[in-house]
Amino acid sequence: MLQSTIAPFRAFDPFADMRRMQSEMNQLFNGFGMAQRSQVHPAVNFWAGQDSIVLTAELPGLSEDDIELTVKDTTAVLRGSYPEHASGEDVTWRRRERPSGAFSRTVELPFRVDPEKVDARFKNGVLTVEMQRPDDDKPKRIQIKAS
Amino acid sequence: MAQEMTAQGGREVTRGDTDNSRTAMTFMPAVDIFEQGDATVILADMPGVAPEDMDVTLERQVLTLRGQVRPHAPDGYRRIASEYREGDYERAFTLSDEVDQDKIKADFKHGVLRLELPRAAEAKPKKISIKAA
Repeated sequence: MLQSTIAPFRAFDPFADMRRMQSEMNQLFNGFGMAQRSQVHPAVNFWAGQDSIVLTAELPGLSEDDIELTVKDTTAVLRGSYPEHASGEDVTWRRRERPSGAFSRTVELPFRVDPEKVDARFKNGVLTVEMQRPDDDKPKRIQIKAS
Repeated sequence: MAQEMTAQGGREVTRGDTDNSRTAMTFMPAVDIFEQGDATVILADMPGVAPEDMDVTLERQVLTLRGQVRPHAPDGYRRIASEYREGDYERAFTLSDEVDQDKIKADFKHGVLRLELPRAAEAKPKKISIKAA
């Protein structure tokens, strides 16, 4: 049973989606000084290891309690809202550039992650989440016997 | 009370990799500026900067905010997507005479610098009584 070479390769490549996202992002970076402002918020960075993935997001001004992270199968959802720093009638605004309000971001992961093995840290306004692939989902090396 | 020194805008690139700086880029942090009561408050977003790497200098009337980022990359991992870039932050403001420079308060928490610039006593409106001749 021989299938076409392209389709199974695509199905086998868990990072295809991320590479597509990366190339889209690179296009965004081209020619813009303000490349930092992406349409989706918050912007995330990804690193992949053998059986784990690290996601980072910049969320300045929030505290651990303001961020809600849920992980299920191959999706991670980041929710939260920026605290209001000043309100009232005696406040005169001169400049407002910082993000405000609520945000929700769904990120598609290249493989299933174990929700029990997620390590999330928040430091200096940067969220770092390390997610592990469940043991039963790891690719297995198959021993080839000499006949 | 606080005037921008450099070009306006959000998180723009203030400097490329010209000198052998540790990080490739320097960004302009996004700021909120508002007046409340007798003070002007500046909030600047500098995620990734540790409080000890934050530097606020005041020289004459120029207030400069600088934050250094220690590049973050987990060991043994390869980068597969980057939607944002890391870099240092720098932004400068010129203060007017109204600011009481000795009473500027700075606080850095969760990647946000908060500066409180109180108005100097002599800048507060004074009522001048008019004497009848």
